[in-house]
Amino acid sequence: MVKIKDILKDRILVLDGAMGTMIQRYKLEEEDYRGTQFENHPSPLKGNNDLLSITRPHIIKEIHAKYFEAGADIVETNSFGGTSIAQDDYDLASAVYDINFQSAKIAKEVAQEFTQKEPNKPRFVAGSMGPTTRLASMSPDVNDPGFRNVTYQELVAAFSEQAKGLIEGGSDLLLVETITDTLNAKAALHAINEVQEELGTDLPIMISGTITDASGRTLSGQTTEAFIVSVEHSEPLTIGLNCALGASALRPYLQIIRNKGNCFVSAHPNAGLPNEMGEYDESPEQMAAQIKVFLEEGLVNIVGGCCGTTPEHIKAIAELVKNYQPAATLA
Amino acid sequence: MSLHPDYTGVYQYKWKDLPFMKLSGLEPLVVTPETNFVNVGERTNVAGSKKFLRLINEDNFEEALDVARHQVEGGAQIIDINMDDGLIDGKAAMVKFLNLLMAEPDIARVPIMIDSSKWDIIEAGLQCVQGKCVVNSISLKEGEDKFIEEAKKIKQYGAAVIVMAFDEVGQADSYERRVEICEKSYRILVDKVKFPPQDIIFDPNIFPVATGMEEHRKNALDFFQATRWIRENLPGAHVSGGVSNVSFSFRGNNVVREAMHSAFLYHAIREGMDMGIVNPAMLEVYDDIPKDLLEHVEDVLLDRRDDATERLLDFAEKVKGDGKQQVRDMAWREGSLQERITHALVKGITEFIEEDTEEARQQASRPLEVIEVTLMNGMNVVGDLFGAGKMFLPQVVKSARVMKKAVAYLLPYIEAEKDEKSSSAGKILLATVKGDVHDIGKNIVGVVLGCNNYEVIDLGVMVPPEKILETAVEEQVDLIGLSGLITPSLDEMVHVAKEMERLEMDIPLLIGGATTSRVHTAVKIDPVFSHGQTVHVLDASRCVPVAGSLLSGEKDEFIEKLQADYEKVRVHHENKKNQKPLLSLQQARDNALQIDFKQNDLSKPTKLGVTVYDQISLDDLRAYIDWTPFFQTWELAGRYPNILEDEVVGTEAKKLFEDASNMLNTICNENWVQAKAVVGIWPANSVGDDIEIYADENRSSVLYTQKTLRQQSKKAAGVPNIALSDFVAPKSSGLSDYVGGFTVTAGLGIDEHVKRFEADHDDYNSIMLKALADRLAEALAEYMHREVRVNLWGYDQSETLNNDDLIKEKYRGIRPAPGYPACPDHTEKPGLFDLLNSTQHTEVELTDNLAMTPAASVCGWYFAHPESKYFGVGKINMEQVEDIARRKGKSVEEMERWLGSAIQ
Repeated sequence: MVKIKDILKDRILVLDGAMGTMIQRYKLEEEDYRGTQFENHPSPLKGNNDLLSITRPHIIKEIHAKYFEAGADIVETNSFGGTSIAQDDYDLASAVYDINFQSAKIAKEVAQEFTQKEPNKPRFVAGSMGPTTRLASMSPDVNDPGFRNVTYQELVAAFSEQAKGLIEGGSDLLLVETITDTLNAKAALHAINEVQEELGTDLPIMISGTITDASGRTLSGQTTEAFIVSVEHSEPLTIGLNCALGASALRPYLQIIRNKGNCFVSAHPNAGLPNEMGEYDESPEQMAAQIKVFLEEGLVNIVGGCCGTTPEHIKAIAELVKNYQPAATLA
Repeated sequence: MSLHPDYTGVYQYKWKDLPFMKLSGLEPLVVTPETNFVNVGERTNVAGSKKFLRLINEDNFEEALDVARHQVEGGAQIIDINMDDGLIDGKAAMVKFLNLLMAEPDIARVPIMIDSSKWDIIEAGLQCVQGKCVVNSISLKEGEDKFIEEAKKIKQYGAAVIVMAFDEVGQADSYERRVEICEKSYRILVDKVKFPPQDIIFDPNIFPVATGMEEHRKNALDFFQATRWIRENLPGAHVSGGVSNVSFSFRGNNVVREAMHSAFLYHAIREGMDMGIVNPAMLEVYDDIPKDLLEHVEDVLLDRRDDATERLLDFAEKVKGDGKQQVRDMAWREGSLQERITHALVKGITEFIEEDTEEARQQASRPLEVIEVTLMNGMNVVGDLFGAGKMFLPQVVKSARVMKKAVAYLLPYIEAEKDEKSSSAGKILLATVKGDVHDIGKNIVGVVLGCNNYEVIDLGVMVPPEKILETAVEEQVDLIGLSGLITPSLDEMVHVAKEMERLEMDIPLLIGGATTSRVHTAVKIDPVFSHGQTVHVLDASRCVPVAGSLLSGEKDEFIEKLQADYEKVRVHHENKKNQKPLLSLQQARDNALQIDFKQNDLSKPTKLGVTVYDQISLDDLRAYIDWTPFFQTWELAGRYPNILEDEVVGTEAKKLFEDASNMLNTICNENWVQAKAVVGIWPANSVGDDIEIYADENRSSVLYTQKTLRQQSKKAAGVPNIALSDFVAPKSSGLSDYVGGFTVTAGLGIDEHVKRFEADHDDYNSIMLKALADRLAEALAEYMHREVRVNLWGYDQSETLNNDDLIKEKYRGIRPAPGYPACPDHTEKPGLFDLLNSTQHTEVELTDNLAMTPAASVCGWYFAHPESKYFGVGKINMEQVEDIARRKGKSVEEMERWLGSAIQ
């Protein structure tokens, strides 16, 4: 298979859109999440989307297929919350390896189908690694700012398990995303490094941070440039941004990454900001119009969507990127 | 000139093909040739600062943080942290200090240098810091293997490294040894470990001079020369050192020490040293050093005279002094009290908050006033800055701590003053709703409320609604606060509100969190929770005034204002929501519903014209009653008949139903009300959006033309813009179609009984009677519709639907009422009444506003085509208003008035 790094020199690749938004369309209930495998699990499981890779794989595969059909080159595995730390909220820490392995496996199956149909457009699977539900450099207790409810070592252990499942399940890349606390991301990168050494693999890494508000900083307070500096040691394929903001709001920060970083740049913004009712209502055309600006400025090498985006959004983006060449990069 | 014989002039950076060294705290620090010199703060070092050692020993981390803050405020670009002391648990102290420091954005903005001779302390430190650190230090002291192992780990943690010029033989103390060890270390790091060369910093050992010992004479000079060699020969590598060492012999003489530091740095920087651990407060400006002092100092540093040391010692006796005062921007202390308190809150400075709070307390009439006015003014500024993106979360958390400290100071005074007041301002339950794990904001709210004397019960995250409500009841809380960050939490909050409504809880409900909004609260949450007030709280700083208002005498006034505000928001939202692009009237008409009319679908009525029913048995209607809306009238949620068995409202519903049944018996038996109906069916055809109603099958004499309104909103592909006229075969088709109309009432004679109950102040029965009459009128409309389908029009003679099917409208045909969604135009009523002669036949009259009296009446049209269905016209534009005004021969102003709410 062609190396993604080489393809990136020739063209701009398209990442898929939201998984959660698509799953919501199926209006799944508790029993869907449980399946037969977790029928007797003592805690409620509704909302544990990652589990669907095991209990409702056909739905997840269908969503992957929709994104590939829409023109995505890369889909993310359904494993955003697949760490023992996040799954512990559902008492499912023990299922973490399986969740990641299955998530990667089913995504890979769909990717291979599409690659076979269209060999000149190979499809890739990015193993999605979310930030977990705990922050390593912020205290959950304002009265005790020195307190931490998770340690770096615990995060490394949790991410290692996830990375192992994702790699062994067949991921082509690993995507450390929606980074709100850089220390969590560093733990993930640390874990990936160790696991890859152990397994003898060399999967490219994508890193994607989240700028949470108008201050232009991550939740843990870092500026975009400080964030890049803090993760560049892992020699990632891409550094980029996703979630929290819509495309146009990400632009100034993507410029920083393009100018200050030394790797390819990715972006998967939300379909705008949620409106007052918590819905994302930016249309594919509206989003594509903003992405167009990125492309004209040569800001991105991989572009897709986060919350609220759908195959229609990805289709609009995929149509758009065909007309643009990647900007020359240092990488 | 260079101090190194092999080189000339000031060092010029020569490794242009390598990236620059980049470090980061919350902000980046890129070391470029233009950076000149990176100043590393050294006071947070237990080995170098007695004060810092004492503070750590006393576990006084708060003041220890102030030491770090002074360094950054004083200009340190990196801070060196060292906890190596025999009596300290260095690892624990390092972790605790770094974790605390991460919550201080004005310190954490700079990169951290983790300084220890113990690897486990270094590693523990690296695991606490999100930014790119510098490790200080590693060396070949314990051999190559350990050196490589540690370097590899440092690379994996993504830190830069300081390498001491130290090997298994010992510390480099000559130019040659410095060069030898640094070169060897560099080659191992770059060739074997693949360490990024630009992230390597050498510390070629700054040793004291002027010690009186002969072998120390060249200590500074060797350092300068080694520095130059490293920078010229080891690509990308940097040079650093602990500058204060050089003046070790002059402890106690700050004037000399400061001059020595400055002169040392001046020369070292010229040779290429680009980083150093310096106390910026212990640094004279090179040009400000008195010429004679400078000469003596440089004689020593550069080893220019044999008697240099003695001369400097003699000279030092003359210039003993305190050195320079530390500079720190304290101008803010000059501001007014409010300015100072606001500054302290915004900047998160606890240092003066107690004295300022005391000053405020003395000025205030009551201690509580300090919280409510002075401190809250400051917190409002914090809230505004945060909202505007000018502060970020860690800073806000710090502000909360300053606030807490001020409140803690005030508490004893508040307690002392308290006489009639209870010990707590109120009890508040906080929870992040089910399915959501985000709790940072909620925790801040908890602190701020706690600071303000509220008792906070925090249930944590992912809290199911049952637990929230159970706890609220058990603990008898005064307020419930729900928090959530992710979108689905909004629905969960609505759910909790509904549950509170169902349980008839009257506890005010506060809504907060990133995705929540005033609009969502006003539109989705407030309306479902009528027993208590729902309030959206924008951010933590607003929770205290809101809680205060809800739990005080101003509650009613507050709620009244809030309700008015939320109503405005709802109206605005409704308008905005409907501000969807409308089609032009022509576009809408072009997209009309195209029914493929066939004569077979158009049943010829059994009986044309008007039929009057004035002998209606109320008993016959009872079977047609749809009871669900009856319970809704009484604000009991649930479908009949299940509602009677409902766990929560079942008992109440049963009782109500029993009372209703009893009254209904009386109504029927004693004929409290009379029911009458008139229905008509006429030949009709559509002409565009109009429906012509004919006197007879000749279809030439038009009795009345019904003018219908057409949907104008933009539809998805394949979805038509409907008007009622679409359900009637067009005149041009030549097909014979029909429409019907009806007026029914079950309210005749009701007034007498209502008045009787009201005179008795018996609201319950008065409402009950009206509600039952309404139900009977609806039942009669249902009954007559069936009569029309089965007999008068007769298109469905075999219909055998039970009441439930009727309620679900499983039959063919519709009966839209003027003034309702499919036919929002009330002015259709007079025409309908004329056609049916309704007032004469049923005694129902139309008021000036076209309402029917008695109220328990229904009128409407019948459409029988199988494809006819209920729909909402929705928003229309002025083009259609003008059009229908023209069609009706009314003025545009009049139609605008009648159609007001439907017009965009």
